[in-house]
Amino acid sequence: MFHFWAMTTSQSRTLSSPVRVSFDYTRSTGPVLGRYLEGLREGIVLAGRTSDGRVITPPLEFDPGTHAATTDLVRVAESGTVTSWTWCPEPVEGQPLDRPFAWALVTLDGATAPMLHALDVASPSEVHTGQRVRIRWAAERQGLVTDVACFEPVDALADGTWPQPADAVPARDAVAADGPGEPTPVAITPVALDYTYAASPEESSFFRGLAEGRIVGQRCPACNKVYVPPRGACPVDGVPTHDEVELAQTGIVTTFCVVNVPFLGQQIKPPYVSAYILLDGADIALQHLILDIPADEIRMGMRVEAVWKPREEWGTTIENISHFRPTGEPDADYDTYKHHL
Amino acid sequence: MGKQAAAVIGVGQTHHRAKRDDVSIAGLCREAIDRALADAGVTFDDIDAIVVGKAPDLFEGVMMPELYLAEALGAVGKPLIRVHTAGSVGGSTAIVAASLVQSGVHKRVLTVAFEKQSESNAMWALSVPVPFVMPVHAGAGGYFAPHVRSYIRRAGAPNHIGAIVAAKDRQNALRNPYAHLHNADTTVESVLASQMLWDPIRYDETCPSSDGACAMVIADADTAASVDSPAWIHGTVMRSEPTTASERDQVNPRAGREAAAYLWKQAGITNPLEEIDAAEIYVPFSWFEPMWMENLGFAAEGEGWKLTESGATAIDGKLPVNSSGGVLSSNPIGASGMLRFAEAALQVRGRAGDHQVDGVRRALGHAYGGGSQFFAMWVVGAERPA
Repeated sequence: MFHFWAMTTSQSRTLSSPVRVSFDYTRSTGPVLGRYLEGLREGIVLAGRTSDGRVITPPLEFDPGTHAATTDLVRVAESGTVTSWTWCPEPVEGQPLDRPFAWALVTLDGATAPMLHALDVASPSEVHTGQRVRIRWAAERQGLVTDVACFEPVDALADGTWPQPADAVPARDAVAADGPGEPTPVAITPVALDYTYAASPEESSFFRGLAEGRIVGQRCPACNKVYVPPRGACPVDGVPTHDEVELAQTGIVTTFCVVNVPFLGQQIKPPYVSAYILLDGADIALQHLILDIPADEIRMGMRVEAVWKPREEWGTTIENISHFRPTGEPDADYDTYKHHL
Repeated sequence: MGKQAAAVIGVGQTHHRAKRDDVSIAGLCREAIDRALADAGVTFDDIDAIVVGKAPDLFEGVMMPELYLAEALGAVGKPLIRVHTAGSVGGSTAIVAASLVQSGVHKRVLTVAFEKQSESNAMWALSVPVPFVMPVHAGAGGYFAPHVRSYIRRAGAPNHIGAIVAAKDRQNALRNPYAHLHNADTTVESVLASQMLWDPIRYDETCPSSDGACAMVIADADTAASVDSPAWIHGTVMRSEPTTASERDQVNPRAGREAAAYLWKQAGITNPLEEIDAAEIYVPFSWFEPMWMENLGFAAEGEGWKLTESGATAIDGKLPVNSSGGVLSSNPIGASGMLRFAEAALQVRGRAGDHQVDGVRRALGHAYGGGSQFFAMWVVGAERPA
C-alpha cells in the first residue's frame, strides 16, 4: 500500500525524493448513492428528484431545499444532449480514456441538470453543444461510477426508441431510528498521491553529513541549544541556527517503547524498540532503533552508541545508522536527562 | 463589549461502531445533526452558520470533504467553515462555533464533527514514512507510549493505574447506548492480561477505531433562555505549541497547563477539583487520565495517578471522569473531542441518561491532538454566567 524510494540530486542545495502514498479506500455509499450504483450495475441510470422538481444524476443524498434525505429516485435515459464541453489533449493516468477526448456536460433525457463525463471523439471538430450522445457502458459492470465508461456520439436523433425516464425506483431503507440500518454497497476507491518530498537546506546538510559518517546539528545563537536534525530556525527563539556542531555518536536513551503491533505499511518487522536517543552534545533527542540487547533489558538512561551499516550501503539518510546498541557504560543518572522527557 | 453569553441547546451523536456501512459520510453526519436539531427544537431554517471539523483527510481519502458535504450539512446559502487541529479538532470546532455566537455575529450555529475510520486504516495513515527519516513510527500508540513511560517514571506510578482507567471507562460505556465498545467483562485484571502492543501500552488500554459523528446547536442568550436546560458556556480556550523543541515537556505540556489556567480563570474557578462536578477528558490511551489530571490542575504534578487509584474519577467518585466511557470506548477521531464537549453539556443539562452524574452544575470538556501540541477545552454550566 505504501511505496517509497529515495532519489537525490547531488547538485541541488536541498535533497528531494519522490514519494507515493496510496490506499484502496472502502467507501460505504449509503442508501441513495448505494442504490444509484446498484442501478449502474443493472445498466440503468437513476436520478434524484428534488423538492423543487429538478431531476439530478448522480442523485443528491440530501435535498438542498428541504434538507430531507432523498427518497424519490427515477430512471433517466442513457442518452442525452451536450450542454457544454472542453478538450482534453493530454489525458493522464486514471482518466476515463487514454487518448485525447472531450470533457462534456451531458444532460440525460429525463434529467434537468447535466453530468460531467468523457466524450469519446477524435478531435474537437467532432463535438458541439447540442450534440446527441449516449452512454458507452463498461464491458463488465461492477456497481461503480466507472461502469459508465464514457459517452459516445449518436449519429441519428432519437425517435422514441430510447428508454423513457421516470420509472420510480425506491431508495434503500434509510438509517433505523435507534441504530445502524442495513449495509449499503461498499465502493473500493483507490487513491494515490505522487509528490516530491524536499528536505530543508539544514536537513539536507544533516543527511549529507550522514553520507560521510558524521552526525551534524546546529546551535541556536539565542538559547545555545543544539538541535539534531537541525531545523534552520530555533522553534523557541525563532532565529536562524547557523553554527554547525558535529555530535558524538554516543548518547543515552531518554525514553522508549517496544513496538509489538504489526500494521499496514510498516517498514521494520516487530517487535522492535523505538527509542528517543539524546546524543552527547545535543539538546534534543532523536528517534532510532535499539538492537543487540533483549527488549526487556533496555532502560531509560542507558548509554548507547551508533552502529553504522557497511559504508558501501550509505546514502543521504539516517538509515546509514543501522541502529544503536548499549556501550556497557553505567546508566546516566535520572536527574541528568529528566528535563528531556 | 465583551463576549456575549452562549449556550448549547441541542446535542446529537451517532451510534458509534467499528464500521457504519449503512451510511455514507454525509449520512453519518446527518444522523448526529438531525438528533441535535431535534434536541434543540429547531430546524435547518433556524441555523445561521455551520462549522464542521474532522481529523486528517488521509483517514477517508476525501480532500476537503466540507466541499462535497455542503448540501448534506444544510449549508446552502449559509457560511460553512471547516476546522482542523488533529485529534483536538472536535473541541476546537465547537469553540469556533461558540465564538461565532459569543461575538454576536450569529444567533444559532450548528457544529458537527465526524470520522469514518472504517474507510481506511488509521495506523497506516498516521505512519506514512518521511524520506530520509528512520521509519520507527508506529501510529499514535507508538508516538505516545514513550511519553507514558516517562510519566510512569517521573510520577513513580504503580503499573496498574492505566488498567484502572481502562476498566472504569469500559464499565462506564455499558451505561451509554451510543458507545462503540460494550465489553461487560473488562476488569483491571483482564486489562493487565491483554497483549502488550506498544510497551508500556496494552491492547485494552487503547481506544478503538470508530465510525461516528457528533453535533451541537449553540445559541445566543435570547434563544437559550427560551429552551429547557441549556448548557451555558462559562469559558473556552485553545492553545498550541511545537511538536518538538529542546526540553519541551512531553508529559505535562506547557500549552495544556496554560490553557487550563486560563480556562479556570474565565470560569471563576479557583479549585477545579472542588468546583468541577464532572469531566470529559480526551484519554485515547489509559495513562492519559492521570497525566491530564495533573496538566489540568486537578492534581499536583506526580499526584494524578493517586486520584485515579483512589476511585475519585469513577462515576460515583469526587470527580467523575468520562462517565460516557470516553475515547477509550468510542473513537471516531475527528468527533472524539466534540463528544467530550457534548457529553459535558449533557451532564450539566441533566440529560446524560444512565451515565448521568448526580447534581452536575459545572462540567469540563477537553480535547488534545497532534503530538500533545493542540489543546481545546471548555467549561459549561447549568446557570447563565454572571
